[in-house]
Amino acid sequence: MSLLPLTFLLPLVGTLILALSRGTLNARASAVVGVASVGLAALVTAWVGWTFRADGGTGVDMTLWTWLSVGDFQPAIGLRLDGLSLTMLSIITGVGFLIHLFAAWYMRGESGVTRFYAYMNLFVFSMILLVLGDNVLLLYLGWEGVGLCSYLLIGYYYQTSANGWAAFKAFIVTRLGDVFLAIGLFLLFRALGTLNIAEILARAPEVWNEGSLEVQLAALLILGGALGKSAQLPLHTWLADAMAGPTPVSALIHAATMVTAGVYLIARMHGIFELAPTVLYLVGLIGALTLLMAGFAALAQTDIKRVLAYSTMSQIGYMFLALGVGAYDAAIFHLMTHAFFKALLFLSAGAVIVSCHHEQDMRRLGGLWRRLPLAYAGFVVGGAALAALPLVTAGFYSKDEILWEAWAAGNGGLMLAGLVGAFLTSLYTLRLIIGTFHGEMKSDNARHAEPGRGLVHGLPLVVLALLSTFIGAGIHPPLEGVLPSGPGADAHGVGHTVLGIFAAAASLGGLGLAAWLFLKRRRWLAERVAGGWEARLWRLWNQAWGFDIAYDRLLVRPYRGLVHVLRNDIIDRLVLVAGWMAWLSHRGLSYTQSGKLRLYATSMALGVTVILLVLVLGG
Amino acid sequence: MNGIPMEHGLVLAAILFTLGFAGLICRRNMVFVLMSLEVMLNAAALAFIVGGTAWGQPEGQAMFLLVITLAAAEASVGLALLIQLHHRFKSLDVDAANRMRG
Repeated sequence: MSLLPLTFLLPLVGTLILALSRGTLNARASAVVGVASVGLAALVTAWVGWTFRADGGTGVDMTLWTWLSVGDFQPAIGLRLDGLSLTMLSIITGVGFLIHLFAAWYMRGESGVTRFYAYMNLFVFSMILLVLGDNVLLLYLGWEGVGLCSYLLIGYYYQTSANGWAAFKAFIVTRLGDVFLAIGLFLLFRALGTLNIAEILARAPEVWNEGSLEVQLAALLILGGALGKSAQLPLHTWLADAMAGPTPVSALIHAATMVTAGVYLIARMHGIFELAPTVLYLVGLIGALTLLMAGFAALAQTDIKRVLAYSTMSQIGYMFLALGVGAYDAAIFHLMTHAFFKALLFLSAGAVIVSCHHEQDMRRLGGLWRRLPLAYAGFVVGGAALAALPLVTAGFYSKDEILWEAWAAGNGGLMLAGLVGAFLTSLYTLRLIIGTFHGEMKSDNARHAEPGRGLVHGLPLVVLALLSTFIGAGIHPPLEGVLPSGPGADAHGVGHTVLGIFAAAASLGGLGLAAWLFLKRRRWLAERVAGGWEARLWRLWNQAWGFDIAYDRLLVRPYRGLVHVLRNDIIDRLVLVAGWMAWLSHRGLSYTQSGKLRLYATSMALGVTVILLVLVLGG
Repeated sequence: MNGIPMEHGLVLAAILFTLGFAGLICRRNMVFVLMSLEVMLNAAALAFIVGGTAWGQPEGQAMFLLVITLAAAEASVGLALLIQLHHRFKSLDVDAANRMRG
């Protein structure tokens, strides 16, 4: 088990090699270093998982060293491996490795590949710290680290200013949540006197009564952090713009790992949320609202990656819904299957985008299924898992679990939202596949598509496709004993089967409606959307319910106005006086440097005279 | 040199120094500036001689030799600068070389 620190040290070494090479590594060597470090970390993870099983799943606590020591405040660099962190670790290194491998194909011929892999490895390092840290301070370090890497990678193509703004937006919006999280952690430390997660969970019920104001506040603040990172209402606006980064980044950071950090955080802090049932209910409510909001928004997107981004929000909404009803294991299970199939979808989208010369607008694609069979297969398998096609896909089992838990918790409203969401999901998924791969080719970029070749391109897609089927659903995260079991854990019966049939009906109904609408009635649909209230509805969904515009009007513009006013306030003026003084004396002194030799001689003589006078008279 | 009071010698040196200094700050032609410098140096040297003689010490004459040597070195550097000045600005006006003004 002493190998555990290697899981994050290897990516860190990779980052250091790439960052310190200062351009001496060529693209190929950078890719080898970047992929190999994560690949080795994945091997170490496999070994760690093996020994975890062999030890009977007791987990490991490991204190590497004391970070700092100020009185009672002695946070350690300590690691905690249990079923939850092992699950997350496996997703990060396993899926992360496949995505890094695919990136070696995707990033061929791009400039700055060294920079790309340095950021990616740094991301993997931070993310592993986030899930392995045994205290909230280390967790927060990883939390900020992944935010930084997300910012750097969204703005990877920094020559286009829109990408820079998208990176700003992602950083600022998630930072809003991070501030809440930080205050929440301060609150925990003040009340409980410890930062160790296990101690926090143990002490919280002793210090706080259920539903007391302070614990509700702490839970609410932690939830704020989770909302920002996981792109849930109302801090969700950054994720769609984050698609400006390279597609492997979207797959790794904005689908499989970082955006699910909020789910991990709430699951990790479940003891706090159990004490604040109102906030826990709010988690579920926000999840349900987000999954519906994002589902409708995904229906009206034309950019492949934006469809996937809204679907990611929607799927994380499912996870929040599961957390809200106390079904933590179902949330983590869905997190895992979602990591598989959403990474597959993003990588397949990346394959389409590179093959079609960086065309990612559905309106200019189409008819690609014959030309790009592997990407098509990836889309079909991943899309089927996303739409929760019954029995054969991983997504069906995890989503069914969530719906059942919601029902068993007696929360019919949330369950209904989940069912409607499932219907929407299959609707937009099939729309995406039909728009990209069927119909006629709508541009030269699509007509001249060049299919990707090679193991580096094929292997990640095939492995992720296998994991997205029922094979992936067979992997059960070892969560017993770490998280409390959900309300529906021991009540499997007829009700569950009936609900499963309902879920299957919602999924198949959505697929059927999509097939009918987008294959048979395409012309009719286009006419309807061209004008009238349908067009307005379409525009509303295309703008994702206008959150961006509303935030711009309500927050960004008033803030900018305020900043503009404050630019010239009185304190600023006073501060500027110092600057003026320096500038004036600079002007005065530079005036004496006239370049006239005789003037210099005169002033020197005057100076000497003054000194002599002082000496003579003063002496 | 007996019979000449020290004050006379020092006053002469001061007058010479002042004349030289006046020339230094008034003349713009570099040749005259250099000549004024020589006058000032020699005024200082004269003060050394007068002092050395008054107190009967040999150091005054040693300092005089030093000043003469210094003046020779200064003259050679000054004349080299003079040639450069003429070469660059086609004039001997020292104020022409004011490119390093602030």
